[in-house]
Amino acid sequence: MNEYPLNPDLFSDKVKMEPIRAGFGRGLKAAGEADDKVVALCADLTESTQVELFRQAFPDRFVETGISEQNLVTVASGLVMAGKVAFASGYAAFSPGRNWEQIKTTIALNDQPVKIIGSHAGISVGPDGATHQMLEDIALMRVMPNMIVIVPGDSIEAEKATLAIAKNNKPSYLRMCREKTPIFSTDKSPFEIGVAYILREGHDVSLMGTGTMTYQLLAAARILAGQGINAEVVHIPTIKPLDREIILASAHKTGRVVTAEEAQIAGGLGGAVAELLGEKLPTPILRLGMQDRYGESGTPAELFDFFGLTGEHIADKVADFVRDTPQYHRD
Amino acid sequence: MNKRLTIDQLQSKANDIRQDIIRMLGAAGSGHTAGSLDLADILAALYFDIMKIDPSNPDWSDRDIFLLSNGHTVPVQYAAMAEAGFFDKEELMTLRKLGSRLQGHPERTKLPGLENTSGPLGSGLSQAAGYAYSLQYMDNNKHRFVYTIMGDGELDEGNVWEAAMFAGKYKLSQLIAFIDRNNIQIDGNTEDVMPLGDLAAKWRSFGWHVFEIDGHNIQSIIDTVNMAKAITNRPCMIIAYTIPGKGVDFMEYDYKWHGVAPNSEQTETALQELKASSDSEDTK
Repeated sequence: MNEYPLNPDLFSDKVKMEPIRAGFGRGLKAAGEADDKVVALCADLTESTQVELFRQAFPDRFVETGISEQNLVTVASGLVMAGKVAFASGYAAFSPGRNWEQIKTTIALNDQPVKIIGSHAGISVGPDGATHQMLEDIALMRVMPNMIVIVPGDSIEAEKATLAIAKNNKPSYLRMCREKTPIFSTDKSPFEIGVAYILREGHDVSLMGTGTMTYQLLAAARILAGQGINAEVVHIPTIKPLDREIILASAHKTGRVVTAEEAQIAGGLGGAVAELLGEKLPTPILRLGMQDRYGESGTPAELFDFFGLTGEHIADKVADFVRDTPQYHRD
Repeated sequence: MNKRLTIDQLQSKANDIRQDIIRMLGAAGSGHTAGSLDLADILAALYFDIMKIDPSNPDWSDRDIFLLSNGHTVPVQYAAMAEAGFFDKEELMTLRKLGSRLQGHPERTKLPGLENTSGPLGSGLSQAAGYAYSLQYMDNNKHRFVYTIMGDGELDEGNVWEAAMFAGKYKLSQLIAFIDRNNIQIDGNTEDVMPLGDLAAKWRSFGWHVFEIDGHNIQSIIDTVNMAKAITNRPCMIIAYTIPGKGVDFMEYDYKWHGVAPNSEQTETALQELKASSDSEDTK
């Protein structure tokens, strides 16, 4: 099993909070320092997607495209034809929300190393409301052959993921959120594309999360422990390729699976895990996330509460699920 | 190309390309005839005179770049590539067939010498602009050029105008684009389906230098590209007026040939006509 050091301040008031996109900004600059083929494009969101750090360090390798997401990714495709590794940043609602076909035809079909950076994803973008809360991007990008899909859990992991996709020579999607979120990993925590990590061992139920929801699952597991339910927490930063081995092993061990994501469960992490289990190891599954509906305006905290995606709400739902569901595949 | 071809020889190449197109589409039983035929003169000029390319080394690092944006006309590109020696002409007959490198729309990973994947309209100009941006601003390379061709119906796509603004802003002087102004699209004439109006004025207003030429006059195509190369402070758009179905009498000007391939009888008739015009040129 992989050793995964967790932030010791995880459940204290002192836990450091930082937007996931901040890690991306640092990672992109570092990737630019490591490889002069790395270039960045942005569609009028240089500051908010944190490409600003890169732009200041490498002004000659930064391309402003204006508010034009179709142009953003197709220009990126042209830059990659000319030998570059291109990071194309925008809001996930518009990229890949608006330019999916261009990403498919000019990037993924060609297996070219354009990195689509979708910022401000999920309900945590808050008051902007449903139009700007991208919830379908995981599903949209996961069905695209050749595409790598990564949803980092915190800013430290986002930095590592950015450096990793700068070197993977594949079309890749990196999903980020706007809000400050608690940092649960450490500089020493591992990150590798395609690998899932056991953050907490348990034997009653497997809680599998991606992105910001992993922290909420850790919080839920702590509450559940107080109720005598021993939950395993699996962090799945790479949605594609999925770490089948870790997921199947955990499902086999606990016999009950819960998935959680700040996205539509249809086609998202919940969809991916359900497909895998359905084929290889049919297991009762509870999928938490957006249940075939759009978001709405509110503060991020209000919305997590409203949609039942806080540690407390998740713990309640998992407790019911565990009570009502027999364990499958127990050795 | 070691030895420069004469205009007569280039016209003969264009005729060969047209015959290849008819044979390929006849064998395939589906595909886009009108636009493929009308681009034969531009492709002959590009592949046999204008572009710096090496068919025996498609990835040559010093090559010029060609992106066909209206990918449905790819039979003309396959024919030009085969005539130029990128692959054997026999392979043209595999067009659109299972296992072929000659997909119904061009795919970069399938065939060496294809720079892009296209078909869904509106993206080629942005890709060409991205490449030209890299040459001009990142690679300090001033001697390679990026060529692209769009259909006129393609200009209905918003992506095109995003690219127009982008290339204008950055004065991408190594970008030379063509519009195949044949006035047809699937549903009819372009000015009925979605009027394009004064195209030259539109592109000028985006910061482009615009030329308007007869897209079947090879001398004019070559001269215009030479002028375009000499313009170093803006991208160039060459609006090439063409006749859809050019070279085959019963196809010319008829939008119904946009997305249809000739049957065996029509294939024979078309080939006879093209051969006859080729013979008459030879005896001139």
